[in-house]
Amino acid sequence: MTTTSAAETQTLEVNLGPQHPSTHGVFRMIATLDGETILKLKPVMGYLHRNHEQIGERATYIASFPFTDRLDYFNAMSNNFGLAIAIEKLGGVAASERGEYLRVIMAELTRLLNHAAVTGFLINDMGTFGTPLLYAFREREKILDLFEAASGSRMMCNYVRPGGVREDVPEGWLQQARELVSNFPRFIDEFERLLTDNEILQQRAKHVGVLPKELAINAGITGPMLRASGVNYDVRKVDGYSIYPRFQFKVPLGTVGDVYDRFYVRILEMRESVKILQQALKEVPGGPAISPKGLALVKAPRTFRPAKGEAYGRVEAPKGELGFYLVSDGSPQPYRYHIRAPSFVNLTVLEDMCLGHKVADVIIILGSVDIVLGEVDR
Amino acid sequence: MDEGLKSELQKQGVFVTTWDALVNWGRSNSIWPLQFGLACCAIEMIATAASRYDIARFGSEIFRASPRQADLMIVAGTVTKKMAPQVVRLYNQMAEPKYVISMGACATSGGPFHTGYNVLKGIDRYIPVDVYIPGCPPTPQALLEGLTKLQEKIRARSMGAALQEKKGEYPVPEYGKQGLEPRYHPDVWQPPTQHPFDYQRAGGGATP
Repeated sequence: MTTTSAAETQTLEVNLGPQHPSTHGVFRMIATLDGETILKLKPVMGYLHRNHEQIGERATYIASFPFTDRLDYFNAMSNNFGLAIAIEKLGGVAASERGEYLRVIMAELTRLLNHAAVTGFLINDMGTFGTPLLYAFREREKILDLFEAASGSRMMCNYVRPGGVREDVPEGWLQQARELVSNFPRFIDEFERLLTDNEILQQRAKHVGVLPKELAINAGITGPMLRASGVNYDVRKVDGYSIYPRFQFKVPLGTVGDVYDRFYVRILEMRESVKILQQALKEVPGGPAISPKGLALVKAPRTFRPAKGEAYGRVEAPKGELGFYLVSDGSPQPYRYHIRAPSFVNLTVLEDMCLGHKVADVIIILGSVDIVLGEVDR
Repeated sequence: MDEGLKSELQKQGVFVTTWDALVNWGRSNSIWPLQFGLACCAIEMIATAASRYDIARFGSEIFRASPRQADLMIVAGTVTKKMAPQVVRLYNQMAEPKYVISMGACATSGGPFHTGYNVLKGIDRYIPVDVYIPGCPPTPQALLEGLTKLQEKIRARSMGAALQEKKGEYPVPEYGKQGLEPRYHPDVWQPPTQHPFDYQRAGGGATP
């Protein structure tokens, strides 16, 4: 052991990732450290760049749906929903009433699934190996069973279409969904009993990775991260897309904007989603699951040639505002197909949140941002 | 060994087996995978490790973060040109005997993204793959099936033979003027010398 005076210390560059148990995929961070304190943090992205947008520009509008599943692979249904809304705006397609309800039910189930899983991952990053994540995955499996019954696939559902949904749900599905939704608050209660007042969680998460309100607005942060910083902005309320204005729900807000607030906002959002689901499942109307114009579009995708113009469809995906920007030149393929990925934009403030914290905090700050690399790199 | 004698001994509580069978029984039931997710398939890999499918029933629940401690690499997801050198490097760092499962369409052939400019047309062109699992993503049941197939493969060979054929290190793809310029390993993959359609034209294939 040698003793060094303060003058002899030097900074250290640590490379985290792309293979790292905590980075939620293939994400790399180059951290400059002084002791254990972060001086500089440089994110490196692009390890999962799968040229989604380029493929979308060569395929028909409908052919992009399976690829949107693989954007944010936790939330296939929300991603489908976003593209469907953009195409509906572009082509002037109206959705059927039952289709709208089914889409909202799927999107909110997705939100439950995502928030449960991401909270589990966050606690996993803090060092609780297993338990909360396993609880979350237990609930996720129940929701995935519903998705599989409706769409035929667990994760890559490819279910929502412009004008409604691809197929009507099977018989008895709505009853199963009602049972799941009525049991879900019990899981949230259990989860909260385990975590919310937990001293270790509070010690690790409170006043760590604070994102000030002004910075959050200026950087274009959306989703639970923005709301944890105390900004009341939810696309479901602001835009009122689909049939969301019909439902009664609140937008939970945080006060400090630290990791704990981000965790707790997600818990509260799950409770609000349960409320939306209960209302939606109560009043699902009969009728076709897809409107005639939407069905024609789905059956013959090459005949869908929208007039020259552009459209931007956005939804409140579980991670934030997910936008699809389509430019049409009158051909069956979009001239430009761009995705505004919430994970990517939310990741831009990572360095600002991490400066001055310890290495172990960086891991949980990244966990609280809730990124999925399929969406970040596209 | 004589089966009659064996059953007679078993009645007395004496179990006789070969050394290889014993070692392979242990080896095949304690495959430690590398904790290494690339894309969507990694989520199904986690789901397989979670309580419903419970990969611990097959002895593979210990996901190791370090390649030095892992026996099995599950290539779970799309391998891009930027990620390929890291994947090969991780494989090189694993201890012998080592195995690879190519999970999902992307790792096997590029999958839905194979038309892209940035996606590899299969990881098996760079490192040897033992088990391929189709699906996009494969269900947890499919991953468990692949794992049991790998176990069968391990049990079929003696430990000595498995150690004899060292897989060794594979060349890491390097960047050149055109971005990643992959150097295929000739033992693993070779570009086809003849186009498949040419066989048909020569009369060797199915009638058109």
